Amino acid sequence: MIALNGLVTPILALTLAPLLMGVINRVKALVAGRTGPPLLQMYYDLWRLLHKGAVYSETTTWLFRAGPIVSLSTLIVACMLMPMSDSPALFSFSGDMVVFVSLLALGRFAIVLAALDTGSAFEGMGAAREVFFASLAEPAVLLGMAAIAKATVANQTMLLSLSSMNTRVSLELWSNQGVILVFVASALIVVFLAENSRIPVDDPTTHLELTMIHEVIILDHSGPDLAFVLYAACLKLWLLALLIVELVIPDTGNLLLDLAADVGTLFVLAAVVGLVESAMARLRMPKVPQLLVGATTLTVLALVLELRN
Amino acid sequence: MAASSIANESQVDRPGWEMPLVRNGTAISLAEVPDLEFAQFEEQLNLAVRQGGLLSALFVVPGRTSHQMYAVCSFANSGLISVMRTEIGDAYPSLSRNVAQAHWFEREIAEQWGILPEGHPWLKPIRFHASYRAGHDAWGRSPESIRPGVSTTYQFESDQTHEVAVGPIHAGVIEPGHFRFQCHGEHVFHMETWLGYQHRGVERHLVGGPTKRTLPYMETLAGDTSIGHSLAYCQAVEALAGLRVPLRGQLLRGIALELERLANHTGDLGALALDVGYLPTSSYCGRIRGDFLNATALICGNRFGRNLVCPGGALWDLSGAQLQTLKERLSPALRDVDGAIDLLWKCPSAQARFEACGEVTYGQAVEAGLVGMAARASGVDRDARRDFPSGIYRFSHIPVSIWGSGDVFGRASVRWLEIQRSGQFVIEQLDAFPAGPVRAKAGPLQPSAIVVSIVEGWRGEICHVALTDDVGKFSHYKVVDPSFHNWFGLMLAMRDQQISDFPVNNKSFNLSYCGHDL
Repeated sequence: MIALNGLVTPILALTLAPLLMGVINRVKALVAGRTGPPLLQMYYDLWRLLHKGAVYSETTTWLFRAGPIVSLSTLIVACMLMPMSDSPALFSFSGDMVVFVSLLALGRFAIVLAALDTGSAFEGMGAAREVFFASLAEPAVLLGMAAIAKATVANQTMLLSLSSMNTRVSLELWSNQGVILVFVASALIVVFLAENSRIPVDDPTTHLELTMIHEVIILDHSGPDLAFVLYAACLKLWLLALLIVELVIPDTGNLLLDLAADVGTLFVLAAVVGLVESAMARLRMPKVPQLLVGATTLTVLALVLELRN
Repeated sequence: MAASSIANESQVDRPGWEMPLVRNGTAISLAEVPDLEFAQFEEQLNLAVRQGGLLSALFVVPGRTSHQMYAVCSFANSGLISVMRTEIGDAYPSLSRNVAQAHWFEREIAEQWGILPEGHPWLKPIRFHASYRAGHDAWGRSPESIRPGVSTTYQFESDQTHEVAVGPIHAGVIEPGHFRFQCHGEHVFHMETWLGYQHRGVERHLVGGPTKRTLPYMETLAGDTSIGHSLAYCQAVEALAGLRVPLRGQLLRGIALELERLANHTGDLGALALDVGYLPTSSYCGRIRGDFLNATALICGNRFGRNLVCPGGALWDLSGAQLQTLKERLSPALRDVDGAIDLLWKCPSAQARFEACGEVTYGQAVEAGLVGMAARASGVDRDARRDFPSGIYRFSHIPVSIWGSGDVFGRASVRWLEIQRSGQFVIEQLDAFPAGPVRAKAGPLQPSAIVVSIVEGWRGEICHVALTDDVGKFSHYKVVDPSFHNWFGLMLAMRDQQISDFPVNNKSFNLSYCGHDL
């Protein structure tokens, strides 16, 4: 099903996603007592990088060049699968949530292959970490979605899609099965922090390659390639935040009000990321799986509770 | 003067000890240094280490066919230092077989002079340069074939393990050094440190001095320890020239040394917080470190204390108004650092990163001869300001800060304790500033003499040994930066750790590359 008003999500995502990074960095700066970079800094960075040349190591092949392109493309397509407020997704079909998760996985696969292609010890190490942690985070997303799907559309004569799940999240659902939504939202917030390589899982601002997870696998990209990678990271931040918002925030039916509330919540989530990063250190790396498995456990619990209903 | 400098009376509490002992910063004539047969030299060295002595310096003054090897052992419990000498040829039985502390020194000697320590358990170059004696290489290499960091010793291979190479160019704005991690996945079995990228050659330039260049060399031996090294040098020169530094000068130098410690410890705690991703402490400490550096700049116009210390005293004096400003600036800076570090201690996630990370046990620290706050973090009760007091520390004492855990948390805690003690010390000293001149006029140096000068820099014990020729010029000058002792400590700390914990371990030691590559 193609819905033209579904263009809302991609357009907002493609234009506003870099602003989320600006908000995170501003919040961190304010808490630390600094002025911080301009809110639009990511836009400036992307513009600057797009006008630069790219440097390619002689040891790399087409895989290295394909990484950023595939990664960005998958995220743009993922935008089209995502509903927002009262607007359905541009494309929605039964089981689109699995495609959504797979697209994110495909983008990561491309970036990881590009990292391995460089042959650098750092990037190999980062790739191993990225894939390991992602494999622990994915079940949480899928099981969380399953719990919400069961609560919203499973017994209805509706498509089992992100859009129909979104429309069925209501205040009534909150009053009846709020605990499930809370569990899933908590798990998704952990995944949101992990997948976007934020503290407490990863530190996006560190310069220490040995501690990096995501940052280290993009070290060799430069110029437009790096712009693609950074832009893809912004989109991913936007989409995963939006996933939380759409699966747990009920809509009122007033299009503008809902849209404003959802966009507002996205920026609140960005501010929360900034606050988390200002208030705690990152976990020791062996502890990260515990956090992600904990998130998965929460979603399993939500699913079990829902199945008993 | 020379004869009375030897503190023979203290030999009574050292059973089996026959060597003369001197105090820190006391010159003795070269003739008074005992010449021992090698067997006796080795026996005395073993005895010294068994009795709790630290091998502060071990170096060779090369000759045509035979060479003079000097060992400087310092005894923290009595404040006495022994110097002894032996003759060796181009090869000798390695001392490291019994004295683990000697192993880095022997590797240095082998590399510098092509003198082979036979039976050395870990013989590989430490700086990767050609031998200073043309045609004599301990490994039989040709000078052209030597490349920094290229060494095939101490590697291991299997299809399950891998090596991660880090550096010499690092992501931060830091010095060059190469590390090899021998890993199984994220687990580090062992880390090899390959230094020598700085190619300083400073020690050889000091021979024939002191000249106009000597003091600037000393101030830049390790840029973050300008005061520490220039103080150690000046103390050596003052001993050789028989100078008495006026009290006001001594106090000024003590304050400068403590300000250097305050600035570096504060910066390090901030950097430790940054490495684990805890931003508040990191942001605040970055700024407060600047406050301490600016306090040093208030005294001498340079944030790192260059041109402050000179032989005979200090080059700058503090006016009454400056004293007042210094006091007014230090109190808020100390209050702020208190708040910033308090945040760090109250953050459980940061504590979890520091605790049980990179442990060096007391036994390891003693055996490897670690110095300074890294040793104190492992429970070693040793601080040159108390044990080998010189200058103002003879009159005003600073309590020694010790922590027993030996992990990153221990090294952070010792820093924090020392910040508090040093801050208090500086404030107290500023209130009791004596009148009078700040420096005495320098004179010629005593010919054919040797002096050992020990200063507790912010990293740890700095040891300078100066030998003069028959016209009172340096015939040999040995600098042992605390990093020289402690790089091996970092290697010990990294065993069986996660490779992702290396940065925070590295920062907890914060060793100098240039101070090592002299």
